Order: sequence, then structure tokens, then C-alpha cells
Amino acid sequence: MDQVTLFQNLVTGVSLGSAYALIAIGYTMVYGILRLINFAHGDIFMMAGYFTIFAVSSFGMPWYITILFVTVVTVILGVTIEKVAYRPLRESPRMSIMISAIGVSYLLVNSATYLFTGLPRAFPQLGFLQKVYHIGDVSAPIVTFITPVVTIVILFVLLYLVNFTKIGMAMRAVSKDFEAARLMGIEINKIISITFVIGCSLAAISAILYFSPRPMVFPFSGFMPGLKCFVAAVLGGIGNIPGAVIGGFIIGLAETFLVGIFPQLTGYSDAFTFVLLIVMLLFRPTGLLGEKIAEKV
Amino acid sequence: MIVMAFEYKRLNKTTKIILTLLLIAGCIVLTYMLDKGIIGTSYTVRIVRISVIYALIGVSMNLVNGFTGVFSLGQAGFMAIGAYTVGVLTIPLASRPNVYYLVPISEKIQDLVMPFGVALIIGGIFAAIFAALIGTPVLRLKSDYLAIATLGFSEIVRAIIANNQMWPITNGSLGLKSIPTFPSLFIPVIISTVGIAFMVLLIKSSYGRAFKAIREDEVAAEAMGINLFKHKGLSFIISAFFAGVGGGLLAAHLTAIDSNQFKIMVTYELLLIIVLGGLGSVTGTVISSFMICSGKELLRWFDLPHSIGTWKIPIFRPGLRMVIFSLLLMTVVLFWRRGLMGRKEFSWDGIYNFLRRWPWRVRRLIRGDYSKKQEEVTPNA
Repeated sequence: MDQVTLFQNLVTGVSLGSAYALIAIGYTMVYGILRLINFAHGDIFMMAGYFTIFAVSSFGMPWYITILFVTVVTVILGVTIEKVAYRPLRESPRMSIMISAIGVSYLLVNSATYLFTGLPRAFPQLGFLQKVYHIGDVSAPIVTFITPVVTIVILFVLLYLVNFTKIGMAMRAVSKDFEAARLMGIEINKIISITFVIGCSLAAISAILYFSPRPMVFPFSGFMPGLKCFVAAVLGGIGNIPGAVIGGFIIGLAETFLVGIFPQLTGYSDAFTFVLLIVMLLFRPTGLLGEKIAEKV
Repeated sequence: MIVMAFEYKRLNKTTKIILTLLLIAGCIVLTYMLDKGIIGTSYTVRIVRISVIYALIGVSMNLVNGFTGVFSLGQAGFMAIGAYTVGVLTIPLASRPNVYYLVPISEKIQDLVMPFGVALIIGGIFAAIFAALIGTPVLRLKSDYLAIATLGFSEIVRAIIANNQMWPITNGSLGLKSIPTFPSLFIPVIISTVGIAFMVLLIKSSYGRAFKAIREDEVAAEAMGINLFKHKGLSFIISAFFAGVGGGLLAAHLTAIDSNQFKIMVTYELLLIIVLGGLGSVTGTVISSFMICSGKELLRWFDLPHSIGTWKIPIFRPGLRMVIFSLLLMTVVLFWRRGLMGRKEFSWDGIYNFLRRWPWRVRRLIRGDYSKKQEEVTPNA
């Protein structure tokens, strides 16, 4: 592999990894608080892709309003899902709430197939994002260069939010102990809603950044990124925000380089993520940055 | 009479045996009549076939998820293994060049044709071996990690089947066709019945009690001396075996398969079946399998365009059926968590008392003294 290809892969991998990182943050925050794999998160991400298409193609919005619009609609979708499908099951066994999450994912995919047909839809040009930019011999759309910057900025904003604000303190309290947090006067439902607001807005931003360099959106296009980002969250240590970002970068880079170095293994790039997951869970189940949790009886 | 408490009565043994024999005879007669085309059409026969196949796979999934409490989402992968094994081994020699027209079939298997039954068992064994291999790492994981890992493996199976290096065996993304189908409806019905009966016997044995103990409380079960890993592994492997057999039946039912038919959506549909039937109820799974499979066909009406006069109703178009289906799953999960049967099984006593309870309720309503709290006397089973 010569230097140009190496850099090209590096740029693509980092960009893909940052888009994954944004979704993984959504998984990790929800898991940290509710102990629930939000199976629907990848499909919320897919819906955000469709919302973008509609904002641009049907309403002709300019790109800055599109971003705002998509974020707001996705957040409404996510919070509604939480209120309708997860809140009533909060006291029931883990399995019921997980089945509910799978049900939501199933519903979103089927609704997308029904509403937007199963055929892939072209993703629109968003302002300057798709303009190709050259650095030396490496060329990529501007969005590829912007994505990592956006991710890093969001990471620091979130770290500030979680560690130095009252809401963040409440979030940490809820994730440690539901009952104790409630006794301390924290409104649990509000905090959980805020978590979903953050997670879904990141999914929306990620959808715009992820789909921009790709041509198509189809109802299943959220499934694989969703699973991979959960794996990313586990790799970094679930419940840990910087961990999710690191995990996202690892998955994005690993995937890009696997295809770059061994083109004959392209078909296995999805499978590779799960191999990574199994290896990680066997040797360090708490992830790279996770804390050890004792098993409660 | 003033005392109106409902009394749970049991039927005597002879009546139950006679009723059971009548039910079995009824099923056989019904199958025979469907098979010979006396009642129903070939379309009905197809629905019955797919229902019994899904019943077998559903029960196999319920064995792990409902009875052992291990949340595994790998069923589609096991089905794919079984289906491809049966497909590769049973396609007649004459049609092989037609099937493998792009990449010729590997020389090692090109003359290998097996009878359907043998191929089916080999398919099941392959699925079980795969389950044993992945079970060692996967079953050590906790609930939600396990779900993701099994889901991942199911996708890996699909990726391997469709991959370039596997073309000489699986025919890659072109899929397999010309798989011989069942000569008679009795074959899938009998195979499914035998499989389900085996799993029922397993659940009733001491192994089954150990599974249920693990489901209720892992730590307590371990403290009682149950080897968690061994029992979870056993349940996982047997479930994979029957999922493989079910996949093989599915291959023969469809006659043409490709790797896209074993996407995760299949596992979600199976989950819908077992949740609707009741996690931890074999008869519930069988009943809901018939309900879902026939319901899916009946609801095709929603996918067709309809109009009132000249006005075309805009909501009817392809895909509405699946939306209704997923809403059904959500409704069951949110409002009817126990499903049809909960953890109970079908019993004649249950039916008898269910039927008796209605006149009793009506009588109570007519007398108007339902204001008094009246306890229903239920036996301690």
C-alpha cells in the first residue's frame, strides 16, 4: 500500500469512525442510564436520513435549516418512542423491554418501507458538503474532513455537560442508582428524556454526515451501522462517552483498512466487527475504558 | 343457591384420553383431506406447510428464550445453515449445471446427492455443531451482550454464505433453486410434530426443570448445583439443531433460497410468534405460529390498492401489512405481556373450565349480585 492510498484510507476511516462515534454515544448514554440496548437507535438514524431527503427534495430547505429541521424531527421521534414503548416497561424484566426495543426497530423498518417504498432513495446534495476537496494527492468531499471535527467538538461539549453541569450530575446519579436518585429529588423521567434528546440529535447529525458521501438511503441502511455502533460502544466500555468515541474510531478504521488491505475480504467487513466484539467480550468484558461492575444478586 | 363461587372442575382421565385421540385423529384426517385436495386449495396447503415449519422453529427458539431465559437472536443463522445444507445435498444431479451456471459446483460435492431425510438431519447437525462452536464464548455473556453476539453470528453466517470463496458450494448471492419439494403435506407435519414432541419431552424431563430454574434465577440455580454452562449449552445446541431442521424444511418448502431470506427480520418474526404465543409455552407457540402465518397471508388484502367508487384510498399500498404486523407485536409487548398462553400449556381442563366459566359469569351478571366480592376457586396446580 503506497502512501497516498494509506492517507486516503486514513481519511475515510477516521471520517467513518467519527460518524459511528456519534451514534455510539447515543447507545452508550441510553445504556448507561436505562441498561437497555436501544435496538431502534440505528433505525432512528435511518429515519433521520429519510427526513433529510424530504427536507431538501420536497420542501427545498437550505442546508442550515435542514440540519435544524432533521434534528428536531428525529428528537421528537426518539422521545416519543421512549415515552410510548420503553417507559411503561420500566419495572418489567430486562427481556420485555429488549423485546419492545426490537419491536420498535421492526416497526420503524416496516414503516419506512411502507412510507418511502423499499427502493433506495438518492441522498440530496447538502450545500457545500459534497464539494470535493484536495489535500496533496488525497481527495474527498468536504464532509469527510468536517465529520471528525464535529465529533470532537460534540465530545467535548458532552463531557462538559456530563461532568460540570447539574443535568450531567443528575444523569450520573440516575445511572448509578435509580431509586437513590429519585429519593434525592431527581426527576428520573425528565433525565431519561434528556438522554434520548441528546442521543437522537447526535443520531440526526450523524445521519447527515454519514449519508452525505454515500449515494443512497434505504429502509435497512440503519441496521448495520446501528449494530456496529453498539459494538463500538461495547468496545470502548459501555456507559463511557469517550470510550464510545474511541470504539467508533476503532471500528471505522478497522473496517476501512480491512477492505483496503485485503480487497478479497470485502464481504466479511461486517462480520469482522462481530469478531472484534467477541474477542473484546472474552478478554475484557468491561471494554477499554469501562469500570468493573460487580454482579448483583 | 346463594354461593356462586366458581368451582374448578377436572375432567376424568378417560374423557381426556378420548378427547386427545379425537384431536389427533382430527388432525390426521384434516391433513389427509388437505393433502388430497378434498378441502382447501394448494394455497391453503402452502399456508399450513409454512405454519408447521414456523411452529417447529418457533418452539426451538422458545426453548432457549422462553424456557432457559437465554436471550438468543441467532435463529436465522441456524436456519440458513440447515436450509443450505439441504439445498446443496438434495438438488438433483440433472439440474445442478443449471443452478450453478456462473461458477461450477465444487468437485467434491458435485456427485453428492442424499435423500431428503438424511440431508435434513445433516443440516440440523451442522447447525448444532456451529451452535456448539459459538456457544462456548457466547454463553458466557450476560443477557443483552448475548443477544448482540448471537445476532452478530447470524449475520456472519449470512456473510459467509454469500461470500466469493463459497460460490462453488452455496452459489453465492445467486442462491439455490430447483430444490425438490415435499411429495406430501404429511412429511413436514410429521417431522415438525416429532421435533416438537422431542422438545416437550425434554422440557418435562429433569433437564427441562433445570432450564426453568436457570430462567427464574441464575445465581440461585447455580447455588442449587445446576451446571449453568452445561444446561445453557444443551438448550442452545438442541434449539440450533431444530432450527437447522426447520430451515431445511423451509428450503424444501420454498424450493429456491438465497442468503437474503435469512436476514435478521426472520428472527424478529419468530420473536413475534413466541411473544404472541407466550414466552415459555409450547402450545402457545404452535397456535400463534398458525395465527401469524395465516394472518400474514390474509392481511395481504392491505397491500393491494382499494378504492371507494373512483376515489383510490391512499393508505393501501405494499408494506401496510408489515406495519400492521409490527404494531401488533408492539401491542402484545406493551399491553398483553403474557401473550396468548403465558407460561401455561393447552389442557382439556383449561378448555373445559374456560367454557364453563362463561355461563357462570353470565348467570352472575343476571342475578346482579356481582357487587359482592366472589372469589373464583382455582386449584393449586
